[in-house]
Amino acid sequence: MAPTPLLAVVTTTAIGILAGVGLTTFDYAEGLSYLSTDPAACANCHIMQSEYDSWQKAGHHTAAACVDCHLPADFVGKYLAKGINGWNHSKAFTLQDFHEPILITPRNAQILQDNCVRCHGDLVHDLTSVFVEQPVSCVHCHAGVGHGPRCGLGGPLREPPPSESDSR
Amino acid sequence: MTATGCSGRVWPYLLLLVVVAAATAGVTALLINVAERKAEARQPFVRLVEVDEDTTDPEVWGTNWPRQYDTYKRTAERTQTRFGGHGGSEALPAEKIERDPWLKRMFLGYAFSIDYRDRRGHAYMLADQEQTERLTKPQTGSCLHCHASILPLYRKLGGGDVIKGFETTYTIPYADLSAQLHEMGHGHPVSCVDCHDPASMKIRVTRPGFLQGIAAFAAGDAPAPHLPSVERWRAGSRAAPYDPNSDASRTEMRSFVCGQCHVEYYCSSKMKLTFPWAKGLTADAIEADWNATTFADGERFYDYKHAETGAPILKAQHPEFELWSQGIHARSGVACADCHMPYMRDGASKVSDHWVRSPLLNVARACQTCHAFPEAELAARVEAIQGRNYELLQNGGRAITDLIDTILAAKAAGASDEQLAPALELQRRAQWRLDFIAAENSMGFHAPQEAARVLGEAADLARQGQIAALRWRGDGQ
Repeated sequence: MAPTPLLAVVTTTAIGILAGVGLTTFDYAEGLSYLSTDPAACANCHIMQSEYDSWQKAGHHTAAACVDCHLPADFVGKYLAKGINGWNHSKAFTLQDFHEPILITPRNAQILQDNCVRCHGDLVHDLTSVFVEQPVSCVHCHAGVGHGPRCGLGGPLREPPPSESDSR
Repeated sequence: MTATGCSGRVWPYLLLLVVVAAATAGVTALLINVAERKAEARQPFVRLVEVDEDTTDPEVWGTNWPRQYDTYKRTAERTQTRFGGHGGSEALPAEKIERDPWLKRMFLGYAFSIDYRDRRGHAYMLADQEQTERLTKPQTGSCLHCHASILPLYRKLGGGDVIKGFETTYTIPYADLSAQLHEMGHGHPVSCVDCHDPASMKIRVTRPGFLQGIAAFAAGDAPAPHLPSVERWRAGSRAAPYDPNSDASRTEMRSFVCGQCHVEYYCSSKMKLTFPWAKGLTADAIEADWNATTFADGERFYDYKHAETGAPILKAQHPEFELWSQGIHARSGVACADCHMPYMRDGASKVSDHWVRSPLLNVARACQTCHAFPEAELAARVEAIQGRNYELLQNGGRAITDLIDTILAAKAAGASDEQLAPALELQRRAQWRLDFIAAENSMGFHAPQEAARVLGEAADLARQGQIAALRWRGDGQ
């Protein structure tokens, strides 16, 4: 005879509810879209709306979508970056505790730079081969290629640290 | 089975149940959070109460637009920057004229020499006006144009016609008009209805002074590279006067709503409230416009006669809109609201910050949206610009003080007004320029190079005036 059948039924039911609510949440939050390469998915949570809008107006929109510049091209690197960024972004958006205006992280900046060189490597070989010790970032000068002239959206009201507001 | 054997099988199940229950609770909380964010992005507001043209109480609007209203209310908070605002006491802010004595000297003969303080936030505009010691002298009803939500009163006075009503108010004493306003229940500082259409929430210009002033500016031929809609109107048929509410772009409107009040104007009892923009928006163009203006009795335009020298002085109000017009931000299409009311996130929704304040108190959202530099670096740049402007301003203050002293010495030595006419005219010109930058509320930041040019001219004209006063007997002195 199975041990304490009632408890087994309850526990199994609970696991079923968790699976159901979990899948519903995943679907409602358009979880699958993050496995796609559709740029609209990047604006799902609204934070990237101005980045998405500005990309549509900027020079690269005919040649490259979000993932072409912001994710590594190789399979493992791509899904590793998706995982890390997915975790960071959903944590930040749910807890609403990120820096405004949003800034690219050093890790993601390196991915971006690698992708510039991936396509334009031949053209800029003379530059990248010279600045090996202190590599220059392409977007330092070509700041508008991805998203046009800088535009953005401030962020929620937060009190500046007292020392900063006093001195001005 | 034994009791021990039973509990041995039950515990793992119970533990699993607790873990699963906690996980389900967490996932449900996440689901609710996602749903809330989605709702925020879809539904910017819910119209719970009706608002119309006569709803001047911002609290009523706040029921429908709580995000905007919450930040609007914060204009009551004390804020301070190095050159603006006030901090410390609950009472009225410090006297600007006590800190810079040359200001008081310049304003002798004008009510501003009685009481002239640092500014406070929008929430105080009406209360501060009702308290100022300048009211010990009779003031005109024109002042309420910018200090109260006055459109319903204009409509009443004009029998439905705002412009007609507005044009009667300069003849009505401030105290009487203010009493009428409070009686009608509209005793509120400038509020939602003054910049927003209650039906569509679209931003709009309501102030007659601005509507007439900007139409006159468009009809003139002063350059307007920062206002493309004015240039388009000029190139068109000009059948109807330029009307910002139908001709201007949304970006321009985000400056025009502020330009309804943050400008130079005439505001006293000899003629209606006037924005002097027919010849342009620079200090020189406005001076030329005032010089071409005469009162109804034919007398040349002036704001007051200087109490010590008798020179007919032009008093600058607070020409923020005009100085901004000369600067690189205006030229680049940056509107007042972009820095003073930058967009902010509230969850997943995007709102304009209605806590109108100095961008220096909000560098991340006001400046970093365009300028990719650390906050401290951006603040330091502003401080450098304002610090230099302040030095130039003090230099001008010394020059104007010397000019007044020299004129008084010449008078004491027997010079007549006729002999001193060139010096007095130079005092008018120098003081106008100095005051234009001193009264403007950005310490030169809105257009640094233009501010320096104007202050350079001010000092030069004051020293020329001093020479003219020394030579009152004729050349060869």
